[in-house]
Amino acid sequence: MRDHPLVQLTLARMREFYREPEAIFWVFGFPIVLAFALGIAFRNRGPGELRIAVLRQTGDSALVAALGHAPGLTVTVLDSAAARLELRTGRVALLVIPGEPLVYRYDSTRTESRLARLQVDDAVQRARGRADAVRVEDERVTEPGARYIDFLIPGLLGMNLMGSGLWGVGFSVVQARTKRLLKRYMATPMRRSHYLLSFVLSRLVFLFLEVAALVGFAWWMFDVGVRGSFGAVAFITVLGALSFNGLGMLVASRARTIEAVSGLMNLVMLPMWILSGTFFSYARFPDTMQPFVRALPLTALNDALRAVMIDGSPLMRLGTPLAIVTAWGCASFVVALGIFRWR
Amino acid sequence: MSAIRCTGLVKRYGDVLAVAGLELAVTAGECFGLLGPNGAGKTTTIEILEGLTPPDAGDVEILGLRWTGGAETRALRERLGIQLQDTQLADKLTVEETVRLFRSFYRSSHTVDEVLALVELEEKRGAWVGKLSGGQKQRLAVACALVSRPELLFLDEPTTGLDPQSRRQLWDVIGRFRAGGGTILLTTHYMEEAERLCDRVAIMDHGKIIALDTPRALIASLGAEHVVEFALADGAAPSVDELAALPGVRAVRPAPDRTALTVAEVHRAVPALLALLERRGAALSLLATHHATLEDVFVTLTGRQLRDA
Repeated sequence: MRDHPLVQLTLARMREFYREPEAIFWVFGFPIVLAFALGIAFRNRGPGELRIAVLRQTGDSALVAALGHAPGLTVTVLDSAAARLELRTGRVALLVIPGEPLVYRYDSTRTESRLARLQVDDAVQRARGRADAVRVEDERVTEPGARYIDFLIPGLLGMNLMGSGLWGVGFSVVQARTKRLLKRYMATPMRRSHYLLSFVLSRLVFLFLEVAALVGFAWWMFDVGVRGSFGAVAFITVLGALSFNGLGMLVASRARTIEAVSGLMNLVMLPMWILSGTFFSYARFPDTMQPFVRALPLTALNDALRAVMIDGSPLMRLGTPLAIVTAWGCASFVVALGIFRWR
Repeated sequence: MSAIRCTGLVKRYGDVLAVAGLELAVTAGECFGLLGPNGAGKTTTIEILEGLTPPDAGDVEILGLRWTGGAETRALRERLGIQLQDTQLADKLTVEETVRLFRSFYRSSHTVDEVLALVELEEKRGAWVGKLSGGQKQRLAVACALVSRPELLFLDEPTTGLDPQSRRQLWDVIGRFRAGGGTILLTTHYMEEAERLCDRVAIMDHGKIIALDTPRALIASLGAEHVVEFALADGAAPSVDELAALPGVRAVRPAPDRTALTVAEVHRAVPALLALLERRGAALSLLATHHATLEDVFVTLTGRQLRDA
């Protein structure tokens, strides 16, 4: 058993991987660092304190007094030069210029600024005696799964499956080719299928650790849970890993140098990093692009992971994205086998 | 019975004719050397015989089988040991892991201990391949070729770039395989290696075999066993005809830096040469004699030196 070529090839793959500290970092460390950094940067503070400025001129103190009682606003009084700079750099969301009429100067494309405008106007109007026409009551809830980090973690998982799937295969295959090791294997009775399968098997071993590390970290640090079943997450990640293994083989099937394969990898991965909704929703792209974006394997994988992790969907409902992921994997693998340069 | 038989072998790379109608028969149990300068077509030839490069034309038969693909090819691979010219084994695997990996590809094979003993790498079994010296790496490459208990061993420039001690260690390994009844085809551009290891040598140039015999017979074909080389500090060199007329001289090879004479009897040729130079008033800057080698055979056949051809 231990001396079966598939076992030995898989062991060789695994050893070459875990004896390479850089590879360990990129597969395990990097996504966690990224999750940590982005999770901290975009943690949900609520709308929090909005910084606004009042221009230093007649009437400023009355305005500051009126705004001072409004919750969630921090008010500073600034000279016109300083105010212009702070507004331009986004350090204050809105500038109030006292006078008749009162002027609000802000960038209407910024969400924070528009929010500040509503809050400031409300406070100013109330101070001048406006009363509420209808009595309202606030009922505050925090939905789990609605935070940015909840959106981000499945995306990072998908991106990592793509990265390690492609690099893991592509780099090793091309390195073996440039070192003439592939040709040396061809001089033995080794079966080609064993060689290719060893990549898949070694990948599955590390996949478990890779997913556990990221999901575990997200749960421990940010309390990101999995609403659906862990079995469904496992199934999707395995499918995704295999699919990207296939894509990796395709990318590595002809390349003769590490430089060439690196270029190809980036060519394949870069569009998906941007388009596939890893860091922000792909709904932001124009409608004409949507069919293309949705057909990408990473988009489908991210959608499926989010559906299970955030919405708790069962696998049955994820037929379309899973079919896309499978199709990419199978097609790439078949083409790769056909054009593979075995020496 | 022939271990290797090939006829009419042709391989072309673009405009370059790498192998030009090569014919070869290697008998089971012999060590056969392909000797020639870089670019003579040795590697292309050996890789065609190994079934790694398809020839453009010609017929190859190894151990009575052919490279037809499928089951026959696999059966043949089980019986061969192959070391390629510039394979770099995985740096991050240990010696033992590498041998174990190659061993797993074969149905019958040596144990790891046996093969490490064959190439004397036992004390390095736990070392990473990347940390081995050039000679140790090369012995590991041969170990990976020997692990299958091959009947036929292909070695492509096994000692190129090695220091003399590593080279002798590898010669011992090859010698032991040979003593055990194995057949070897090796390529080299070291005449010394060919003379020391090979029963028969084929000298290759421009994709063709230009001479084929035992090293002793090839050297004997020069008609003389010694080479006298000299160079002049000043004065006009005697003409080729004058030198050829000296007693015991069989051939004259003038070169820019020195002139070489192939001679049967050093004790007659050298005094005659000195007397000739004395009469001309020419002073020597170099005078050396050595036994004729395969290098001299190559130079005689092609007019070029092996190392700079």
